[in-house]
This record gives sequence, C-alpha cells and structure tokens, in this order.
Amino acid sequence: MKKILINLGLLVLVVLALVAWTALPWFGVVALAVALASWMVLTRSGRQAGSVTAVGIGTLRQRLGSSSVIVIGIAGVVGVLVALLAMGQGFQATLQSGGRDDTAIVLRGGSVSEAQSVLTRDDIDAIEQAPGIARGSDGKPQASAELVVTASLHKKGSDDDANAQLRGVDDAAWALRPKLKIVAGRAFKPGLNELVVGQGARREFAGLDVGDEVKLGQQDWKVVGVFASGDAYDSELWADRQEVAAAYRRGNSAESVLVKLTGAAAFEPFKAALAVDPKLKVEADTTREFFARQSETLASTIHVVGITVGLIMAIGAVFGALNCMFAAVASRAREIATLRAIGFRGVPVVVSVMLETMLLALAGGLLGALLVWLVFDGYTASTLNGFSDVMFQFKVGAALIWMGLKWALAIGFVGGLFPAVRAARLPVTTALREL
Amino acid sequence: MKYFHLIWAALFRRKSRTFLTLVSIIAAFVLFGLLDSVRQAFDAGDSVAGAGRLIVNSRMSMQQPLPESLGARIAAVPGVSAVASANWFGGIYQDARNQVISFAVSPSYLDLYPELSLPADQRATWDKTRTGAVVGAALAKKYGWKIGDKIPLQSTIWLSRSSGSNTWTFDIVGIFHARDPHDVGREQMLMFHWKYFDENSAFGSGTVHWYVVKVADPARADAVAKAIDAVSANSDHETKAQTEQAFQASFIKQLVNIGLIVSAIMGAVFFTLLLLTGNTMMQAVRERTSELAVLKTIGFSSRSVLAMVLTEGVLMLLLGGVIGLALVSFIVPLIGAASGGMVPVHAVSGSTWSAGVLLMVLIGVVVGLPPAWRAMRLNIVDALSGR
Repeated sequence: MKKILINLGLLVLVVLALVAWTALPWFGVVALAVALASWMVLTRSGRQAGSVTAVGIGTLRQRLGSSSVIVIGIAGVVGVLVALLAMGQGFQATLQSGGRDDTAIVLRGGSVSEAQSVLTRDDIDAIEQAPGIARGSDGKPQASAELVVTASLHKKGSDDDANAQLRGVDDAAWALRPKLKIVAGRAFKPGLNELVVGQGARREFAGLDVGDEVKLGQQDWKVVGVFASGDAYDSELWADRQEVAAAYRRGNSAESVLVKLTGAAAFEPFKAALAVDPKLKVEADTTREFFARQSETLASTIHVVGITVGLIMAIGAVFGALNCMFAAVASRAREIATLRAIGFRGVPVVVSVMLETMLLALAGGLLGALLVWLVFDGYTASTLNGFSDVMFQFKVGAALIWMGLKWALAIGFVGGLFPAVRAARLPVTTALREL
Repeated sequence: MKYFHLIWAALFRRKSRTFLTLVSIIAAFVLFGLLDSVRQAFDAGDSVAGAGRLIVNSRMSMQQPLPESLGARIAAVPGVSAVASANWFGGIYQDARNQVISFAVSPSYLDLYPELSLPADQRATWDKTRTGAVVGAALAKKYGWKIGDKIPLQSTIWLSRSSGSNTWTFDIVGIFHARDPHDVGREQMLMFHWKYFDENSAFGSGTVHWYVVKVADPARADAVAKAIDAVSANSDHETKAQTEQAFQASFIKQLVNIGLIVSAIMGAVFFTLLLLTGNTMMQAVRERTSELAVLKTIGFSSRSVLAMVLTEGVLMLLLGGVIGLALVSFIVPLIGAASGGMVPVHAVSGSTWSAGVLLMVLIGVVVGLPPAWRAMRLNIVDALSGR
C-alpha cells in the first residue's frame, strides 16, 4: 500500500516537473544547472552525490551495451523530432521571408490566394492612384500588376510533369522585391517572349538553363536569366505580364497588384482608401501578413505530425531508459547498499543515478541533433502550395536544437527517476545479502 | 510446442523488465501502424472505383479553361462511352476558412460516378431546378444543410451576374451518399448545374475546366487517351488526358514524398528497437546461464536450447507488436473521422498487418540469435561452476 502511494506520488511529481520543464526558458535551465552545481560543490551531501556519480560513470564502460541503448534511443527521438520540425519551419520561413511591412498586395475581395483573384484594367488603374504608394525616380507609382498561371514542366530525372508558377510582372516588380537578384544572364525585355527563372525552379525542372527554349502556353520562350531571392519566388518563372496574358488568353486582366508604400505607416490609409472606393471590391494586405497566411495550414500540420511522432517515440525511449537504468541499479545493488551502510544518505544516491541517466540522455540528444544538422540543414525539398511546386530548405536552427535537447533531458529525467528511487529505498540488509 | 510454457515462463521471469521492453515494442509498432496506414491511404488513389475513367484537362495547366464545344468532339472518339464536364467554383461558406469543394457540372456528370448514390426523385428535381445543387451527406451534416434550404456561397473565382458580387445562391435539392461508407471524403462536395454557372457568370463563359471521360474498355484507356489528345492537337487548347489514378497520383507525389519520410522515421525507430530488445535479451540469457546449463544437463539438446531462446525473442516481439497494431486499429478510425475524410484511413489494412508481423519475426530472430547462439555453445561444466 505504501509502495503504491509512493509510486503514485512520484508519477504526479513527474507530470508536474514535465509541465514546468516545457515552460522553462533557457535562463531557467541555466539557473537550475548553476544551483545543482553549487549544491554539489558546497554541501556535504552534494559532495557525496558527486563521488557516487563518479563511481557510476566510471563503471559505464562495463555496461556499454545498455548505456548505448539509452544514448541511441534518445538520439533517434531527438533526430526525428528535430528533422520534422525543421521541415515545417523551413517551409514557413521560405514562404514568409519575402514578406515586408511596407509592401502591400491587393487582391479581389474574398480571395485567399493569387490564383483565385481577378482584377480588371480599371481596377488596376484605380489601385495605382490610391494614396500612400511610393513613387519611383520617373515619378510613376511603384506598383506591379501581376498574373500568375500554372505551367506544366518536366521534372528533372523523372518522366513526370509538375506544375510551376509562371508569373507575368510589370517593370516595377524588380524594385518591389529588393532581395531578388539576377545571378546569371539578364532580365527579360518587355514585349519579347523571354523568361527569367528562379534558381529553385532551374534546379527542379529540366530545360531551364540560360539559352534554352521552352514551350509554355503554345508559345516558345527563351530563358535569358536566372534570379535568386531566397524565398518562394525562387520556385517561379518570370516574364513580361502582357506576354503571359497573351499566351494564356487573359486579356488585360491581372490577378494581384503589388505596391511599394511610402512606409509601414502608410498601409492603413492605403487600405482604407481602397475600402471606401465604391467601384472597387478589393482587399489589401501587407505582404508579411499575406505570406504568413499562405504557409499557415501546411506548417501547422507538419508541426502536429512532428510532435505526435516525437511523443510516441519518446514513450518508447522512456521505457527503454527505465529498463536499462533498472538493470544498472540492480547490478550495482551491493555497491549502493555498502555506501548506505557506511553512512551515505538516500539523496546523494538518487541524485547520482539521475545525473548519470541525464548525462547519457544529453549525449543522445546532442548526437541526434548533430546528425540531423549535418544531414538536413539546408536540404532542399519541394511540395505543393496551392497548385504549384514550391521549393524550400530545411532549417535546423539553434531554437530547434535547444528544444530537442530539452526533450532529451526530459526523457532522461523520467527514465532515471524511478530506478533512482528504487536504489535509494533498497533495504540495506537484503541488498547486502544478495548474490 | 510442448515447451511453450517453459518459454513463456522464461519470458516473464522478470516481470518488470519484460513489461518495460514490451511497452517500447508497442510504441514502435503503434508508430509503424499509423505511418504505414497513412502512407497507404495516400498511395492508393481509388483503385477499383476509378477504373475506366479519364480526366481530360488543358495541357497548359489545370486551371486553364477548355471550350465547352470540345465535349461533343471527345464523345465522338471511338472507345469513349460517356463524357461529362466540370468547372472549379472555389466556394466558401460564410467565412474564408470554410472552403467548400464545389463544381459546376454537366447534366450527366453523376452518371459517371456510380459510387455516389442520389435518390431518383431528388435527381429528377435537381434536373428541373436551374439553381439546384446536390451536396454530399458529410458536407450537409457539417453545416446543417437540409433539402429545401437556400444557401449563399461566395466564389473565390467567379462573379455572379445576378447578385453583382461573388455571392451565388443555390437551392439544395438533393443529398448524395457514397456507396462505400468508408469513402466519406467523396461526401464533402457540392455540385450544381453548369448551365446556371455559365449563364450567371460575369466572365469566362462557354468554357469548362476538365472533362471526365468513361471509356468502354478500361484496358484500352491509354490508347483512348492518346486519341482524345489528338482531337485538339495543334489547336490553341491542347488537352492532356490521363487516367483518374494517374491524375490523383501526380497531385500527391508533388505534395510530399510521404513514402520517403515514413521509411526514414521507421528506419530510426526500428534501429533503436533492435538495440533495445537485443540488449534486454542478452541480459536475460546471461542471468539464466546456470538454468540453461541445468536444462542441458538433464538432457535438452543444444539445438533445442537454441530454438527455445530464439522463440523467446520472437514471442516477445510478436506480443508487443500485435498489441501495438491492435491499438492502432482503434486509433486509426478516430483519425479518419477527426479529419473529416481528409486523411482517408479507416482500418489497418491486411498488408500493414502482414508487413508488421514479418517485421516482428525478423527483428525477433535478429535480437534472439546472438543470445541463442551463446546458449547453444554453453559448456555445462563452465556454466555451472560460474566461470
């Protein structure tokens, strides 16, 4: 009865500790580590814990098999978790990094994405006259009406066709995206069937090198340049809007208008001016907001999947660690009982077993994070966004690695606690008599 | 088999250790069952039901419209038994987050989808009602729509001529069900008449987005697809005809390489599991060295000792694995229901079970073999004297 109550109490303690642990910021963890270290150096029982831990770690080599189970098990959990989350974050970062506060995108009211929007020539003219738009050196408003169509292209190294976005842009488009640079060849000339392609699209699809000709929408286009921008535009093909509209029979219409504002503060008046114009049924968003919304669903799905898979794996790893540490405690039962007999208290024993487990867990976490960082940081993948392929890179950042290490330590904590308590509560006499 | 109780007793010699190992094994196979079910759900693409149907859309892109008149010319292609058309409508209900999968379809569209059932009287009313729409049972339930309701849908693409905005009004005249009760994903659709769509749309008239073609002989589907593409070759609206499976597969392949992710995760999981159970088995046998020696002394052959230890490993994996997969059979229908048919999983398939059992036996043999080998080579005298 007493045993059951103690175990129940431990279980509650574990749950509380895990909840507190997930909420703990990095300086909390540092404070905890400092507190532990000073306790171990300054107090008598702390020094006892230190020496017992040293014995435990010294005998690790004799238990290489079971110690490596803990390390590799936790490395697996952290690796899979960090890799999945890195995929979600990489996708989100790619779509969002193009967003700015001083650039606005105007779509027809109710449209969720560019592909769903239609703006007529009159709409475009009216939008360009709205207040708050910055003017270029030629005195014209810096606005680019754009048209996005999906174009079917061959994927490299396979027989499949995939959809790429072909974006028709106005002259101001380059100034509106300061991060975008031509890295090979030159920009297209207005009025000609010329294309510039994003570096991601060039990698993904066949026949998009400078000088190549591709057939899109019944017309032949010449690839004249390659651009890099580090965001979702990298997956696109760009050409003159009038040419794209002609090839895809879109007349004078566009799908969106991108405008440069005089500053972030100019957005609200700009949006309000569009809203009160009775002829216009459009909605304006800053590009930051717009891009964030585009990536929301997929990124949160990946996040949920990552956490779920991580949790199931963590459960497996916790029980693996429990198993190994129970075995370790059992094999050292006589040694621990001897320590207790010559006057060591229970706390140092508990602390030493837990420290040992958590050190192994930390090693596992570091191993897993390191592997994922080596293999996946910057790894390029592609997925569908709307109807078209978008290329993105995995991002294994410090925050993710930190999170992985916190998971590893939590697994170590749970896996070490119960064996540690068992070790401390072992009746000295029976343990000494045991062979 | 007569030694079964002996093996069972050995397995549960240390209850807590076996229990802890079993939980790890269960966790690994729960993950395997879940991931494999999801992978299969996305791989499958309707196998039997979609046979014999082709999807014909513009070669330029999926959203590029085709002339409506092309339908009659496709119907004249030898081997084609029926043609229907559909348009994207891009409907949303009340809020931009409530996307409704909605198409404007030609009158015969439903005839090409025998897996959907609409009561004959409702079908007759729909044919007569210009602004009528039929909705899937799951969708109707989601928004509480009933027959006779007048509902407004916003289109994210099309302006309505009658309302002067993107709001379209429909009369719900029928509710269709999927014949296969697991196929709830198909009940998430709304369909209405192309004629109403075409007359009431402010622009883009006389066009459709894709044709569905039923071929008389599914075995000749590829040849018919080529013949259909030839109809519009070198015109300004070239088409691309492909089987429904190929159409769906190309979509999903682009979405994400699910197979690769699943195998990467499972590789990490099973590698860890191998180490973990291997270590436990090694420990278990080491502890029992003297017992095994006694068994040999009283006349058990080396080979039967090997077989017993090996069986113990396989038994442990089977026990944990079967419990794990059984758990998954409870979880999977919940996921299918919670996602509203978005993740079309409803049961753990036979192939998941057989792959799972194969893995259990394989891992059991791999982790059981080293300790079993050790037990077989055991020298009685050394073992009994504790050397």
